[in-house]
Amino acid sequence: MTHIPISVTVDGTVYDVEVEPRRLLVHFLREDIGRVGTVVGCDTSNCGACTVLLDGKSVKSCSVLAVQADGHAVLTVQGLAEGEHKWHPVQEAFKECHGLQCGYCTPGMVMAAVDLLQENPNPSEEEIREGLEGNLCRCTGYHNIVKSVEYAAELMGGKS
Amino acid sequence: MTETLTDANANPVGRPLRRKEDARLLHGQTNWTDNIQLPGTLHMAILRSPMAHARITNLDVTPALKRPHVVAAFTAKDLGDLNGSVPCVWPVTDDIQMPGFPALAVDKVRHVGDCVAVVLATDKYAAADALDAIEVDYEPLPAVIDMEAAIKQGSTAVHDAADGSHGTNVCYEFPLKPQGDGAFDAAVKAAGDDVVVVKRRFINQRVIAGYMEPRAVVASPMGMSNEMTIWSATQIPHVLRVLLALVTGLPENSLRVIAPDVGGGFGGKLQLYREEILAVQIARHLGRPVKWTETRSEDMVASHHGRDQIQDIEIASTKDGQIIGLKVDLIANMGAYLQIITPGIPLLGMFMYPAIYKMPAYEFNCVGVFTNTTPTDAIRGAGRPEATYAIERIMDELAAELDMDPMQLREKNWITHEEFPYTTVAGLTYDTGNYEAATAKAMDLFGYDALRAEQEQRRASGDPVQLGIGISTFTEMCGLAPSRTLGALKYVAGGWEHCTIRALPTGKIELITGTSPHGQGHETAWSQIAASILGVPVDDIEVVHSDTGRAPYGMDTYGSRSLAVGGQAIKKAAERLVEKAKVIAAHQLECSVDDLEFIQGAFRVKGDPAKSQPLAAVAFEAFTAHNLPDGVEPTLQAEATVDPDDFSYPHGTHLCAIEVDTETGKSKIRSYVAVDDVGIQVNPLIVEGQVHGGLACGIGQALYEGVEYDSDGNLLTASFADYLIPSAADLPSFTTDRTVTPSSTNPLGTKGVGEAGAIASPPAIINAIVDALRPMGVTDVKMPATPENVWRAIQAGQGGAQ
Repeated sequence: MTHIPISVTVDGTVYDVEVEPRRLLVHFLREDIGRVGTVVGCDTSNCGACTVLLDGKSVKSCSVLAVQADGHAVLTVQGLAEGEHKWHPVQEAFKECHGLQCGYCTPGMVMAAVDLLQENPNPSEEEIREGLEGNLCRCTGYHNIVKSVEYAAELMGGKS
Repeated sequence: MTETLTDANANPVGRPLRRKEDARLLHGQTNWTDNIQLPGTLHMAILRSPMAHARITNLDVTPALKRPHVVAAFTAKDLGDLNGSVPCVWPVTDDIQMPGFPALAVDKVRHVGDCVAVVLATDKYAAADALDAIEVDYEPLPAVIDMEAAIKQGSTAVHDAADGSHGTNVCYEFPLKPQGDGAFDAAVKAAGDDVVVVKRRFINQRVIAGYMEPRAVVASPMGMSNEMTIWSATQIPHVLRVLLALVTGLPENSLRVIAPDVGGGFGGKLQLYREEILAVQIARHLGRPVKWTETRSEDMVASHHGRDQIQDIEIASTKDGQIIGLKVDLIANMGAYLQIITPGIPLLGMFMYPAIYKMPAYEFNCVGVFTNTTPTDAIRGAGRPEATYAIERIMDELAAELDMDPMQLREKNWITHEEFPYTTVAGLTYDTGNYEAATAKAMDLFGYDALRAEQEQRRASGDPVQLGIGISTFTEMCGLAPSRTLGALKYVAGGWEHCTIRALPTGKIELITGTSPHGQGHETAWSQIAASILGVPVDDIEVVHSDTGRAPYGMDTYGSRSLAVGGQAIKKAAERLVEKAKVIAAHQLECSVDDLEFIQGAFRVKGDPAKSQPLAAVAFEAFTAHNLPDGVEPTLQAEATVDPDDFSYPHGTHLCAIEVDTETGKSKIRSYVAVDDVGIQVNPLIVEGQVHGGLACGIGQALYEGVEYDSDGNLLTASFADYLIPSAADLPSFTTDRTVTPSSTNPLGTKGVGEAGAIASPPAIINAIVDALRPMGVTDVKMPATPENVWRAIQAGQGGAQ
């Protein structure tokens, strides 16, 4: 199959790679450039485990073709913290509030929460639950994920 | 909010420490099996049966070999002896029917998703593409889907006589009649006129485990020392190693099994799967690493399902509500084959139908039946959610029949806290518990009386949105388990657990456990237990697990056993380490062992606190061995292997208020209160998280989830688009609390917690919905209680057809 050259910025680094037109963005991330922090949980775009930010907006990277990311910037959970010691407030909040157990949904859940708080810095519980509807978790029952997002909003100064 | 250990004297056990695991997981610095990319890897893709029951009349993989990047392709015939059979280690009766379960189907397929052929390619997409080139023809056979039809004389057999089976779909029949056959009827008869009998049929529907990480395996024959290294997304690396050796004939001592980061299990990864066998055998055959990661759609057809029981249950009481007997007849769906402990799952519930109640007569019978469906096996709770559902549902039905408050009926019959230890009618001895305390706390948090008053108002005003209150006062048996008990139940393995603790010369502690966490936070909690005994900082302890190369002994993680059993081994090993260190410290301090006390991680001479030796200094001495007392071996380490004396019996009271729209059938959880008694809590934060997750799983079964087949055996819920795993928008926040009644079956006083929420919650939900609708003639609602199922129950209750 023909390969197409693409240039994608991932977590601040530019990657020039040739991919099949059908290659999913998530497989490009995981298998072509080794950014394995983003994971795949389903094949129907229901679970959201693969959520990343594409030019700052959350997308499910299983539902975007790698070629569609050509010339764009992807931020994954691996690029969220500023260095080892400056965690993103959402990461801090998830640890503080026990918002994760097995951690498999976490990369997507965290990125979805980052996007949610960008859109709405002071969400109600209902808005958090609706906002994260596209990200499934089987471990936490979401109770502590909701708490985590509320606490992250507080850390980010949105929560009055 | 952060809880930090500022006080050096503080015992870390009982504190809600934030988890050690999280930093990695929150930054994507993870090691899932699918991350592993070894040089020369072949990607395995599997051709699966689209038919529930069929004869394979033609199968040719050679066209697939011509496709790009394809290196090999195999059918069962091609693999010959390498095509292993998936084992079942729990033959529950002497005459159980145990048909073979070939990894790749031989001649016949028996469920949608059965493995037919495999393709190996150097590229994952290419392997999947090449499946299309395989030529295969099937001759359809009648599909056996309905359990009751399956056990009728003359039904098509899933495994017919030609396959060497008994020619019937009955896998086994298992009775438990502690008071003799007919005890229930005798009890009813003896009660004369003073008796009320309620009989119900409940359906505990089929569900999936729903772990977020799909299964994956990498088998590499190029490990060290000619070993085969197998990474698998499994709950049971130790058990897997033994079973893979038995199935493949490879020497156990050349197999190294690693469960790296594992993204949830919930029983679904307590298995030896056919894909694991295929990966190992083909890697061995080709001498190259083989990797397989399932798609979610594959998972839906190929990973074991759970529950799926028809429950006929009969309860009898006196007219004032004293229970006099219980009779349970189950039909349990095995699916098409027996997997690791398929037949035993309903029997894990067998002892739990009498639950927390006193009664003189109990009879149980279970018929296991084969159907052309995906095999069933353990899913969170495994047998106990089914039992709890049936008993807690019928307690509400009995209360309605007696016109009693359902909580009063429970109070009248439960074991009171003064009566422990209590031997139940089923033969278990519950060590400790306090149902009154948990219930009082739950009732208080719930506001029971106010909600009942509101319910009355809504009923009186004819509000289209009715309010229902659901109760579940549950207990469960977990902490699997005393090896002798397992042996008596014909389970092939034991239930012990192991720990080795090493005090390293640099002062760090290495804690090697046989448990295998996949989200439970063992690294944090086990460190807390060891730190409390060794007096070292929690962060100085490294927990090593889930790798048979580094942690060779263990029985892994399932059945809420890790803390209740594994925790004992940690405690014992840590105490042994201190005892050994004490001998060396006494030598160093030139005193008698009896003169030493061990406080805050240091040995001190009693009455002379200036003379002390920290554990790290003793460890260094044990390492250099320059000046050890005579007869003391170098290195400072200790190990313990513990077999539990008994199960652990957590309990709790769950209360749920649900608003049901009687016009649309839609249910909305208004409040959910769970007061659990899991004994001593090592880390209450983790306990709470386990309860939340269990609740979500149980509420999922009650309201949203259900595996459905059509009459031809096609799986209708074949993806996450069709099988509804609840999202954040589908669930409420929970009110949770605990009472603490220490267990006496283990020295830490702990009980299991992983399954409690999933066991307790389904009846609380359905009882609430039925309670809301009872004035409309509704006495049951099918799970999942979707708007459609609720609406149909309302129509049926009001005299319409369901």
